[in-house]
Amino acid sequence: MRVLADYDTILEKLSLGQLWDFPGGVHPIQQKDMSNQSLIQKLPLPSHIYIPVKQHIGVEGEIVVNVGDRVLHGQALTRNFNTFALPVHASSSGTVVSIGEHPAAHPSGLSELTICIELDGLHESLATNGVHDYAKKDKSDIINAICQAGISGMGGAGFPTHIKSTNVKPIEFLVINGIECEPYITSDDRLMREHAWQIRQGIDILVHILSPKQVIVAIEDNKPEAYETMAIACQQQSDYQVIKVPTKYPAGGEKQLIQVLTSREVPADGLPIDVGCMMYNVGTCFAIADAVIEGKPLTQRVVTVTGGAIGKPQNVWAPIGTPIIDLLRFAQYEQKKQAHPKIIMGGPMMGFTLASAKIPVVKTTNCILAPAQHELADASNERACIRCSACADACPQSLLPQQLFWYSKAKEYDTAQEYNLFDCIECGACAYVCPSEIPLVHYYRQAKTNIKQQEQEKAQAEKARVRFEARKMRLEREKFEREEKHRKAAEARKQAMTSDGGAAKDKIAAALARAKAKKAAKSETDSPVSAAKDESTLNASNVGETTDSKVQTPEPNNEQAAETSSAQDDKKKRVAQAVARAKAKKLAKSEEPKPATASNTKKKEAETTNDKTLEKSSDEASAQDDKKKRVAQAIARAKAKKLAKAKAAQEQTNNDKPNDEGANE
Amino acid sequence: MSKFVVGSSPHLHNKKDTGAVMRLVIYAALPGILMQIFMFGFGLVIQLGLAIVTAIVCEVVILELRKKDSERAVKDYSAVLTAVLLALSIPPLAPWWVIVIGTFFAIAIVKQLYGGLGYNMFNPAMAAYVMLLISFPVQMTSWLPPVSLSAQDFSIWDSLYTIFTGFTASGYSIAQLQVVADGATMATPLDHLKTSLSEGYIVPEALNNKSFVSSIGEGWGPVSLAYLVGGLFLVKLKVINWHIPGSMILSAMLVSGVLFMFDASTHASPWFHFINGSLIVGAFFIATDPVSASTTNKGRLVFGAAIGFWIIVIRTWGGYPDAIAFAVVIMNMAVPLIDYYTRPRTYGHTVKAKNITSQDPK
Repeated sequence: MRVLADYDTILEKLSLGQLWDFPGGVHPIQQKDMSNQSLIQKLPLPSHIYIPVKQHIGVEGEIVVNVGDRVLHGQALTRNFNTFALPVHASSSGTVVSIGEHPAAHPSGLSELTICIELDGLHESLATNGVHDYAKKDKSDIINAICQAGISGMGGAGFPTHIKSTNVKPIEFLVINGIECEPYITSDDRLMREHAWQIRQGIDILVHILSPKQVIVAIEDNKPEAYETMAIACQQQSDYQVIKVPTKYPAGGEKQLIQVLTSREVPADGLPIDVGCMMYNVGTCFAIADAVIEGKPLTQRVVTVTGGAIGKPQNVWAPIGTPIIDLLRFAQYEQKKQAHPKIIMGGPMMGFTLASAKIPVVKTTNCILAPAQHELADASNERACIRCSACADACPQSLLPQQLFWYSKAKEYDTAQEYNLFDCIECGACAYVCPSEIPLVHYYRQAKTNIKQQEQEKAQAEKARVRFEARKMRLEREKFEREEKHRKAAEARKQAMTSDGGAAKDKIAAALARAKAKKAAKSETDSPVSAAKDESTLNASNVGETTDSKVQTPEPNNEQAAETSSAQDDKKKRVAQAVARAKAKKLAKSEEPKPATASNTKKKEAETTNDKTLEKSSDEASAQDDKKKRVAQAIARAKAKKLAKAKAAQEQTNNDKPNDEGANE
Repeated sequence: MSKFVVGSSPHLHNKKDTGAVMRLVIYAALPGILMQIFMFGFGLVIQLGLAIVTAIVCEVVILELRKKDSERAVKDYSAVLTAVLLALSIPPLAPWWVIVIGTFFAIAIVKQLYGGLGYNMFNPAMAAYVMLLISFPVQMTSWLPPVSLSAQDFSIWDSLYTIFTGFTASGYSIAQLQVVADGATMATPLDHLKTSLSEGYIVPEALNNKSFVSSIGEGWGPVSLAYLVGGLFLVKLKVINWHIPGSMILSAMLVSGVLFMFDASTHASPWFHFINGSLIVGAFFIATDPVSASTTNKGRLVFGAAIGFWIIVIRTWGGYPDAIAFAVVIMNMAVPLIDYYTRPRTYGHTVKAKNITSQDPK
């Protein structure tokens, strides 16, 4: 176990202006000057806004508006019915025109449930209800206000802020992340320069909720202006420190920043809170201040619109839900500067390309990047890995990307996981330095997705296995109970016969005689049927599919009743057999295209064992059928003999057995 | 404005590709190569030419047979680098077929038959060198005296003639060329030391021998130093890590230093080992071949140190005067094992998972 640096040691080192470092990292071209020279501009209202119902990590809220409703700016469109849901709000006033699928701000480019609002341009707001003296309020009320404002982490991950803030462990360092290490992006930079005071208010609220020992505002040293303003905003608070962090990508990663500031490492299976740290993005702090003090929900955010193909790179206040195309137009996007039009949401290192300009700005959108031709890497020209391990030297997580690549590509997922594939933060430093231009992160993402999928399938198979075993147990228990019941009934009958004397015996004798006469008449038709019956049992067992017919033959009082029931049984069995055949066909069809997985094999094995038992039982069944016939004849011959009668009763009990076992199929 | 190209992050690249890396290594070798030409004549130029042409031809032919993009492979300069490293390792006036066979072996057998760039287990140049040394010991050990000391005047024309016919334009054989001005026969310093020791001399005697002091001892020092300059340049540019050359030289110095302190009469000094033979060029240019070397930093330290150890051991007790090729090839075989046991601790993990079952990719 690594010993954590203690609080005082860390504070001492910080007070000396010293920091730690994280391994690896890269220094890509910054390009921040392009967009951070002007004030954040107000984007004109678009004609429509598209609000995805889910913009955070968690579950979507319950939609509370209908098509045709008029909504006001700040009005909640969804309701958080459980902790992991966050509401979304209308970012201007207008009419809900549709609720349906719309291209989503997601690397997959798939569509998502989105509420489309046609704006009326009036921008009428819902009355707000802010709390200025939040210090007197209960912490849970403040957290609830943050939740109701729909705030999720605005640095990129989008984790619901209210969940993170509902904390019971002691916090030493509350880290406010103003690093913004990705090239091109300057939204946090501009926000800190222009709204340092409000960010400070947000920090104060967090301090009230979380009671940390120390607050560290970390800003990369390539943002001196932001550092100055934040330092001024925080100077009254003795336990707030504003710290310059050397520029190195990805210093803004949560784990890396904690390492740089405290030398502590977040455990692989833990959270920052496990090492006494909690981190919030400056944008989140700003939104928290809005939500608590002003009572305003999160309906807009700063977005950097930049890149070589943008005529006027700048930062804008974009209402959440604004289609990208409106931002591009506003910043004078020139598509002719791109031979292959490409728009990236986020930075050049971790952002994802957009398939459509209709995709809306969401809570985590910090940048829209439209690179000019040759500005960024051209289409990947992947070559063989030469094992130079430049990637390993660049990896901030101390992974071995070349090994991960090898195992991911070869689909050796177990080994990839042993090399800690899931510790990869997908920062892209490895692919950035790879001389063979291998899209390493792409391979890791694919591997991660496949592993997750496999695990899901495994879990499902496990569930199925548990279900199957539970059912088997239940059937066995039922069988046992039935046998017990029959046994008791037989004993009761025996007793009744001995106590009743002649009457009952006579009745049985008469019944047996009737049965014998009928059997003699039927004997010719009967035998093929019983043959077919045997066959059907066999077929059913061959298929290995449960017929699930829990046929409970009623306690037969005489031979006739037994006959009827067996005839019914035949019919039922034939039907069951047909059903089984159909099911088997379906099963065979559905299983054919699937690759044989371990779980499938397991299932098949189970089926085979089941088959064996079934075959045995059906053999027994046919043997008993024969026996039954012979015994019935013997009984007919020895009509008057009591002993024979008693025996017949016993045999009839046995008769039920095949049926029971049939139900067990 | 509807259709956009999609791609996977990162969208930024440092624009340092394989070809650029390989070219940088070649450039860094230039000071050493020039010094070697200056000291030992134009033979090396012809060997370089032969090796590069053979390497490119082999690479293209094999890749065409394997139905792969041969143009792209040639542009990565890896075959050229292999050719350069092999050419500067062999005697400058070795017959033309030596370098051709060697280069063919390096590219076609050691590299391409193992799957091409990135998949070869052994350092192609060094595996070929070992093959040549074992197959053609006479040709592979016929080193010439430094140009300034040679009894005969020697032009590039003579070099060409010798390489292709075995005789200079004026009819001298290699054996005659090896004779220096004062009549002693030329050998490399390491050769000389080994022969002297086997003849019963002790090290100080061998090194103070008149013919050695006047001839053999010269020439190699400047070449090694020139390669050292190029090598340090590569480290500075972060084309190679310091780990392999650093640990390799340090370990060679330590081992030879211990032996020297133990018995200075039968063991050469660390400085002698440092300056002579191919320790420097091996440390910076050969052992650092990324494909066949260890890939973790700790592993690189182990890998380099082991090579340094083997070099001194083989130089001292082995049958060959120099040992870089053998040492590198031996350690190439150990790379999967070294990599397996020297994985770095991943961020946030307290213990290294050692339960890896499948083989490393080699």
